[in-house]
Parts: sequence; structure tokens; C-alpha cells
Amino acid sequence: MSLTPHLPVLQVVTPMLTAPLVVLLHVRGLPWAAATASSLFAFAIAVGLTQSVLDHGSIIYLLGSWPAPYGIELRITAFSALVLLIVTGASSLTLLAGRCSIDAEIDHERQPLFYAAWLLGLAGLTGIVVAGDAFNIFVFMEIASLASYVLIAAGPNRRALPAVFNYLIFGTIGATFYLIGVGLIYMLTGTLNLADMEARIHQVGELRPILVAAGFITLGLALKAAVFPLHAWLPMSYTYAPHIVTAFLAACSTKVALYVLLRFDFLVFQQNLLAHDIQFALFLMPLAVMAILIASGVALFERNLKRMLAYSSIAQVGYILLGASLVSVLGLTAGILHMFNHALAKGTLFLAVAALAMRFSGLRLEDFSGAGRQMPWTMGAFVLGGLSLIGVPGTAGFVSKWLLILAALDQGVLGIALIATVLISSLMAVVYIWRIVEVAYFGGATGDACRRVAEAPTWMLMVLWAAALANVVFGINPSLPMMLARQAASTLLQHSP
Amino acid sequence: MELFGLYNYWVFAIILMTGFYAVIAKGNLIKKLIGLSIFQSAVFLLYISMDKVDGGTAPIIQKGVIDQVYSNPLPQVLILTAIVVGISTTALGLAIVVRIKESYGTIEEHEIQELERNS
Repeated sequence: MSLTPHLPVLQVVTPMLTAPLVVLLHVRGLPWAAATASSLFAFAIAVGLTQSVLDHGSIIYLLGSWPAPYGIELRITAFSALVLLIVTGASSLTLLAGRCSIDAEIDHERQPLFYAAWLLGLAGLTGIVVAGDAFNIFVFMEIASLASYVLIAAGPNRRALPAVFNYLIFGTIGATFYLIGVGLIYMLTGTLNLADMEARIHQVGELRPILVAAGFITLGLALKAAVFPLHAWLPMSYTYAPHIVTAFLAACSTKVALYVLLRFDFLVFQQNLLAHDIQFALFLMPLAVMAILIASGVALFERNLKRMLAYSSIAQVGYILLGASLVSVLGLTAGILHMFNHALAKGTLFLAVAALAMRFSGLRLEDFSGAGRQMPWTMGAFVLGGLSLIGVPGTAGFVSKWLLILAALDQGVLGIALIATVLISSLMAVVYIWRIVEVAYFGGATGDACRRVAEAPTWMLMVLWAAALANVVFGINPSLPMMLARQAASTLLQHSP
Repeated sequence: MELFGLYNYWVFAIILMTGFYAVIAKGNLIKKLIGLSIFQSAVFLLYISMDKVDGGTAPIIQKGVIDQVYSNPLPQVLILTAIVVGISTTALGLAIVVRIKESYGTIEEHEIQELERNS
């Protein structure tokens, strides 16, 4: 019997079943090994699924062979394949790199539970991506959120606790809004399957509840995705979480919420609600522009390294939304590609931060002055990630920003304003990344840096550099993510006039 | 009158907003969690209301009974899952509050912020 046809369900089941087993492993190092192996296996499955989607198109998997819409359907499209690669790739890289950092921050007795929560989070995030019906998305979203609350609160810093409490309140309100929206749609169509929903809304006479549902779902998911101005939970949670957890969550958790948002708004609502594309653009484009400008502006003045990068993440969510709110194939391609590229850049940056934190006690700018001379490899990778974040040609970040500018050019006068926004924000990124570079390379050694500081552990550096070089590789040859993003964009827009 | 014909949905909206108000307005973390639970239970009511079929009974098939009208069981199953999710959220929230109390000595939001500012 071949396992290949069952890959879509194995994608979720593998980490989910490993999680309770990890709890039982109390030998030092074993929980890490089991979690990493499981995560790498999930990554291999994601690669297999991507290959199969590229060769044969979307995969539809019926759980227990019950036909949809009565049974549960899993659906892998080009879009899901790309997001699966992001999620499993981020989890694998951060786990591979993170052993020493996690050892330094979390007690050995509690580590099995920590890794179990990590795997449950991974299962939740992949579950959201493969699920083909609205209610399973809700359940997986809550699994992923609950796990990430646990992960964020696991660190030694007590400030993580109020931050995570806030996140829990915001996250639950977002999920409940989503649930209300799904309930309203179910009331009118009698179905939860997204594909079936898409077809059945046509037959609904009274569209007002659907409009309300669209509002609830968009708002709920925007809360989860930290769309400006609903981002208040993000900076604190990212700042005080264990460093490796920040790297993992920053690379993928908001993107998965955006993935669901785009799927709902484009596949379910777009061709069923009159002028939904214009409402979507009118609502989200100003938010995207404000996110880009204001969050980048805040990052300029932030002195804590992690919080600065967290604000930059909010700005990047703005780029993704800006691409989507152009409602054109090129714009959506740019937005979706930016999900991938931002995951690469931010993953690298936060991994470098985790490596820095191995040797320096504080992460305020003045704490690690002179780090560039003491830890040249770590800071080198940081600079590469920073260049990709800015969008320097030759790095991954450039490709998606370039596409975004091309897409904006099609919009006439409005496009010019949008291009100006992207350029200004990129300049701000130059400034805030430069502030770190300046302190690290040209700052005099003070405090911690007066003593000799060793380079980060070799294994961590190797993984960090693999992530950093991925930014260059996908900057020079972006064909794989580009192909997936373009297919995803044309699927999302296939029914639009 | 149609306005009162939608009685359940009015109650849903009122409970939802009551919970939401508590979440936003209260400074005590436990009270916030209570508000969150009220907020979530409003949605349970929404789902349960929509599955009611006039004259319908519990959806259990019995021998010899035909032509019986049944209520829709699916929303009930869905909401059973949502209740479990709600409980786990509340439990985790309470666990976090316990740890906040242990490390800050208070569960009032403004006092925690004050402690943060002074440290």
C-alpha cells in the first residue's frame, strides 16, 4: 500500500500524533530530537504535496472516503502548497537551530511539554491550510492559537504573561467573530464546505446576512493576522516570547490567517456579493497603507531589537494586504509571494536575534554594541536578512516589492501614491536596519561587550546561514515560489469578471 | 410582530455585547475572562437557535416512526466542539492569570502596568 495518496491528511496527523508521545520522553535531548524529526517529516510531506500540485494540479482528499459536502474534504491548491512550505519550513529551521537557545530559556523538566505544544501548534497551522471546510478551519485555528499562547508564555520573562493574556483575549474575540460569520453563512446555505458554499450562495435570495458574515469573517481574521489597527497584541507577544518561538511565529502565524482571509474573500464572497471587490479594496487598502507607514515609523524609534522587528512585521502584513487589495492577478501574486519572502527574511532576522541573545543579556540597542566585531557570522546573517527585508536587488524581498510596484503601476494616479508608500517604507527599513548595523559594527564596546564574547554555537550558525542564503537563492531564482504564487492568484481570481 | 419573532437573535446580540463590554471595560483579569465566556456563549445560542425546526423533535431515528420532523443535528454537534474550544480557552486564560498573580502579586490591569513602568 502506498502512502502517497494520503499525504494531505498525514501532513496534519504526523505532528499531532507525535505531540503526546513527546510528553513521555524525559531523557535529555530526546524531546527535541523527536519534535525536530516530526517537523522535518512534515516538511518532506509538504515538499511532496507541492511537487504533486505542480504536476497534476489541486489535490482533493476525502476523509474516510465520504463524498463532500457531507464528508470532510481536504484541499491542496497551489496557494496551500506555498503556505505549507512556509509553515513546515519555518518550524523545521527554527527547531534545528534552536536547541541551545531553548535549553537556555526553558527548564529541562518542562521541555517535553514545550515541544508538545510546539507540535500541536504546527498541526494546527497545517490543519488550517489543508482544511476544505469553514468549521475545521475554526477548530484548527483555535488549536494553533492555544498552542502559541502556551509557547509565548513559556519563557523566563514575566512580561510575557500580560502580553499573552492580551493575545488570548484578542485571539478569542477574532475566532468568535469568525464563528459568527460562518454561522450566518450556514444558516442561509446549509453547508460548511468552502467550495460548496461558493456555489450555493448564488441561490440565496437575501444577501444582507452574507454581507454581515463577510464583515464578521474579514474582521475576525484581520484580528488574527494583526492587520493595522488590530495589531495591538503582536509587538508585546513577539518581544517577550522565547526567541526561537518568536522566529517560528513571526515567520508563519499571521500568514496563515491571511491565507484564510484571502480564500474567504476571493473564493466565497467575491463573485457572490455585488461589488465586493471594490468594498474589499476600499476597506483594506487604507489599512494596508497605514500599516506600512505607521508601523515602519514606529520601528524607526524603537530601541528594543525584537520589538523593532515586530513592528516591521506589522508593516509587512500591510504589503501583503496592499497586493491583495489591488484585486489584480499581478497584485495578488506580489502579495502571496511576499508572504513567502517575508517569512524567509523575518525568520532569518529573528534566528540571528536568538543567536545574539545566546551571548548578550539584553536586546536593547545599547546592549549589544560592538557585536558585529565579536560575532561576525551572526551579524553577517542578520545583515543579509535585513537586506532582504529592505528589498535590495539580489535578495528575495526585492522580487515581491518589484512585482508590487509593477502591479501598482497599472492603477494610474492611485498607483503612483502606492508606489511612493512602498518606497518611503523601504527607506524607513533602510534606516532602522542601519541603526542596528551601526551599533553592532561601529559602536564602542560597552557593558556586556567589554568581555570577550564568543561566536554563537556552530550548529546554530550553520542553520542560520542556510536561512540567510535561502534569501539570496530565492532572490536570484524565484521561479518556484513565483510559479506557486501566480497559480494561486489566478485561482483566487478565476471567477471574477 | 416580526421584531419579536426573532426573539432568540435579539437575545444573542444582547448577550454578545454584554460579554464584549465586560472584556473591554473591566480592569480585573478574571472579570475580563468572565466577559469572554459570556461573549462566546452568545454564539452557542446563535447556532442552537438556527437548528430549531418548527415542530421538530430530537434527531433520533426510531423503529416504526416515519414522517417525523427532526431538528437539524449538525449545528448542535458544531457547537459541542465550540464549547470544548471555549472551555480550553478559559482554562488556559485562568492558568495565565494564576501565573500573573504569582509573579506580579495582582490581577488588576492598571496595577500590572504600573509595576512594569516602575521596573
